[in-house]
Amino acid sequence: MRLALDILTVVLVSAGGFFFMAGTIGLLRFPDTLTRLHALTKVDNLGLGLIVFGLLPQVESRLDGLKLVAIWLLVQISGAIVSQLIAQATRRSGPRT
Amino acid sequence: MTITSFLFTAAGFVLLMVALGLARILRGPTHADRILSVQLIGSGGVAVLLLLSVAAKFPPIMDVALMLGLLATFVSVAFLGDAADSSSAFTGTTEDQ
Repeated sequence: MRLALDILTVVLVSAGGFFFMAGTIGLLRFPDTLTRLHALTKVDNLGLGLIVFGLLPQVESRLDGLKLVAIWLLVQISGAIVSQLIAQATRRSGPRT
Repeated sequence: MTITSFLFTAAGFVLLMVALGLARILRGPTHADRILSVQLIGSGGVAVLLLLSVAAKFPPIMDVALMLGLLATFVSVAFLGDAADSSSAFTGTTEDQ
């Protein structure tokens, strides 16, 4: 059981790290602001979610696990709001490259 | 390799990805791109701190992650709220000013 949970952690955290790498590559390589926004906001929140779910089997108390999920939800909501605001401000002035 | 050293390695990897993403602050070209980099520091930094708190078995680091997520949101919202008053300052390139 312990081994299975450890393997789950390794798989999920590795996938989260991969998505962070994809987000960074997108942020550096994509041609304009809106595509970079697209790359960063979706992929990073997915990476953070995978890392949080990978860490859940490793925490000692249930309260800590609950806190992990709460932090993930906060970052998720704030990421959604901020990405909408950035897109709005960019659209208002017309797309730039 | 124990699960602890795996988690430390994953934290280092995500930190490297965040550091690479900082290049977007230098390259710009608009302020929206720089705010995107701040978003990356927010979500990536939260992921690094959560990985460290579980790896080091030191739960208070989770509170630091919570604060970082909250402050990254406030930075973006404050900046974008300010930009709503003068949208040219927000999307203009550095050379315009």
